[in-house]
Amino acid sequence: MKKIQFNMIAAAGVAILMSLNACKPKNAGNAVSSDAAAKAYVAPGKYDAFYNFVSGGFSGQMSVYGLPSGRLLRVIPVFSVDPEKGWGYSEETKPMLNTSHGFVPWDDLHHTEMSQTNGEIDGRWVFGNANNTPRVARIDLTTFRTAEIIELPNSAGNHSSPFITENTEYVVAGTRFSVPPDNVNGDVPINTYKKNFKGTLSFISVGKEDGKMDIAFQIQCPGVNFDLSHAGKGKSHGWFFFSCYNTEQANTLLEVNASQKDKDFIMAVNWKKAEEYLKAGKGRKQAVRYAHNIYNEKTHTATSEIRTEVTVLDAKELKDICYFMPCPKSPHGCDVDPTGEYIVGSGKLAALIPVFSFDKIQKAIAAKDFIGEYDGIPIIKYESALYGEVKKPGLGPLHTEFDGKGFAYTTFFVSSEVVKWNIKDLTVVDRVPTYYSVGHLCIPGGDSKKPNPKYLIAYNKITKDRYLPTGPELAQSAQLYDISGDKMQLILDFPTIGEPHYAQAVSADLIRAKSLKFFKIEENAHPYASKGEGTTKVVREGNKVHVYMTAIRSHFAPDNIEGIKMGDEVYFHVTNIEQDWDVPHGFAVKGASNAELLIMPGETQTLKWIPEKTGMYPIYCTDFCSALHQEMSGYVRVSPAGSNTPLLFSTGKNLPAADSVGSK
Amino acid sequence: MKKLSIILVIGTIIASCGGGGGSDVKPTTDAYDATKNEAPAGNPSYDPNRGEGKFTKVDIPATLDVAKASEGEKIYGVKCSSCHKVTDEKLVGPGWKGVTKRYAAEWIMNFVTNTDAMLNKDPKAQAQLEICLVRMPNQNLTDDDARNLYEFMRKNDGVK
Ligand SMILES: [Cu+2]
Repeated sequence: MKKIQFNMIAAAGVAILMSLNACKPKNAGNAVSSDAAAKAYVAPGKYDAFYNFVSGGFSGQMSVYGLPSGRLLRVIPVFSVDPEKGWGYSEETKPMLNTSHGFVPWDDLHHTEMSQTNGEIDGRWVFGNANNTPRVARIDLTTFRTAEIIELPNSAGNHSSPFITENTEYVVAGTRFSVPPDNVNGDVPINTYKKNFKGTLSFISVGKEDGKMDIAFQIQCPGVNFDLSHAGKGKSHGWFFFSCYNTEQANTLLEVNASQKDKDFIMAVNWKKAEEYLKAGKGRKQAVRYAHNIYNEKTHTATSEIRTEVTVLDAKELKDICYFMPCPKSPHGCDVDPTGEYIVGSGKLAALIPVFSFDKIQKAIAAKDFIGEYDGIPIIKYESALYGEVKKPGLGPLHTEFDGKGFAYTTFFVSSEVVKWNIKDLTVVDRVPTYYSVGHLCIPGGDSKKPNPKYLIAYNKITKDRYLPTGPELAQSAQLYDISGDKMQLILDFPTIGEPHYAQAVSADLIRAKSLKFFKIEENAHPYASKGEGTTKVVREGNKVHVYMTAIRSHFAPDNIEGIKMGDEVYFHVTNIEQDWDVPHGFAVKGASNAELLIMPGETQTLKWIPEKTGMYPIYCTDFCSALHQEMSGYVRVSPAGSNTPLLFSTGKNLPAADSVGSK
Repeated sequence: MKKLSIILVIGTIIASCGGGGGSDVKPTTDAYDATKNEAPAGNPSYDPNRGEGKFTKVDIPATLDVAKASEGEKIYGVKCSSCHKVTDEKLVGPGWKGVTKRYAAEWIMNFVTNTDAMLNKDPKAQAQLEICLVRMPNQNLTDDDARNLYEFMRKNDGVK
């Protein structure tokens, strides 16, 4: 009797050990074939074939890589200040990081999504989400700069975003954390979650020409956690799909309490129907506060506006907008194939992949083939919505993209691999290891109607030793696979910033030709621009001193300023009057407590400086600009408050040295 | 001999990686090739009086075109004055006094619109670069800008 018990315990122990092993990423393997280097090689002076826009995770930025080389081309500051570019430090960019909570210098950028026309990537904009203080940003791909940021009310943890419809009609943003809506008192006991907490989906409209964002409407849903989403396309255009977890509605120790149920949900949303209800006046206006920030490329200045109203549709009252479909288990990915017929769910804790059929969902809804309701939302019978399941594909499916040739590629977090499977017959046809716990993957256009299936990039969740050690934290990583043949082939690792979440990739041809070279100085409408050295000046307005300054290889004008006094606020408005590609000038002041400026050709940027001591303050250009770059500098003299030092400014006046004259 | 064969082998590897047949890394047709950026030296067809650029023959009337000169002065203020004085004093670049007497109109207009190519090729431009040590920035002037600027230079040189 005792012996049997012991054996059972031992067996259980072995099982636990085995499953622990399975959770561990494989160690640094090297299963590459000999031609891998050639496939990823881009010769010096040659360009990459693809741009890869990668989320910067907790860095708050977006990074741009060339593929197949894996070269880092640019880090675009979005939700975090970036001293390299003066982002969030210059007076012009500070408003971009304004929120209803005031200036927020950091966020957590999780996903990237490119604009589409007719279901194909059009190369105009790439969107990114802020997970922490819920926001969505639009990056203009002519300038590779953040053009607009909109905050989301009634949300907390903006995770299932920014996914878009096939003509960029809407960018959606589903809340990760359900919370009490903004217009009610949130000062309630946390354990009243089921009663007081709601999950909100935001539909942000995007201007057809200018890309301007606006919260068209929100849908109030039951309090669960929304994780990811994707728009329908083709036949399922007009619908959106969101994965949900914590349908247990737990509010503590979610790692146990939100993984109780065998199935959570994918929510299908009929947004065309929601539009109809909106038009019919079924929405209710709700008082909220959220920031809307726009960067104007003519004035080189951002403005921030606080908005105070949003229209909310209630999914519980308007019965035919939202439907739940059971999905095993703690679903993360929610991906729609290029035809729009198949919706692939991925349960982080599941050992199979459910594939839903859009046609079957429609039939089930028409036939009211429901197994009940969840907080007022109908639940479609699992078998009625299901096309089929991919059996035993691996452990912990996370995210799926498509090649447009009938195959799907799914990442497996727990078993650390990418699995290729046939969408029609649901059989696994190939698998490759990832050497770390893999998260999202990306195929160029892999979530659009027209994938460009040359490469697949798999992004890590938990870093492993793919590179030289760098202290306790290792480099985050992406792995590049050639998927042009029947078998996937690993050809390159490349490091990434922050934690890479989702990414988008697109043929370089679509972006490169439209890239802006410089801002035309004639069109510079900044109120403090200096168009030529003849217009530079220093103007005192009370205790504010405005320095109208120009930068060109290799000097500033003016470069000698005297008559600044303690108590002054000095605004250096520096205009870079170069008119050629890639000639930024930097501007730094000794002791300045914000940062530097980096001013692009034809642009004006402002550094605000409040001197804290009298004395002599050198200024200089921070970006090596010519053989005489080191000489690109100047002096600012700060005198005591109330002294009578006259306001003087000059460049190259070649005044005789006045060594005998001391300061007063 | 050994050295030569190693170079040959490396050369072959690079060629096979560079995106030719067999390789999957295809350079896009208009890929920028940094190695071809420098203009070939000693071009026998090069005319040092005219320079290189789109201006081959510019008709300049004997008297000053006042309207053009005044347009040119505006451009000078925005794009040129930070580096060039209208006297003969060198600032970052040479002073402009007498410039229309030293160079043909075509040369000047080609230089200001096709600066990089001229600096790479023209002996007189290169001689100036040795003195100034700052390559003149391409200020993206239009053809009209160049003509107007030239007229302002003529005015500066006393043409009435
Ligand atoms: Cu500089």
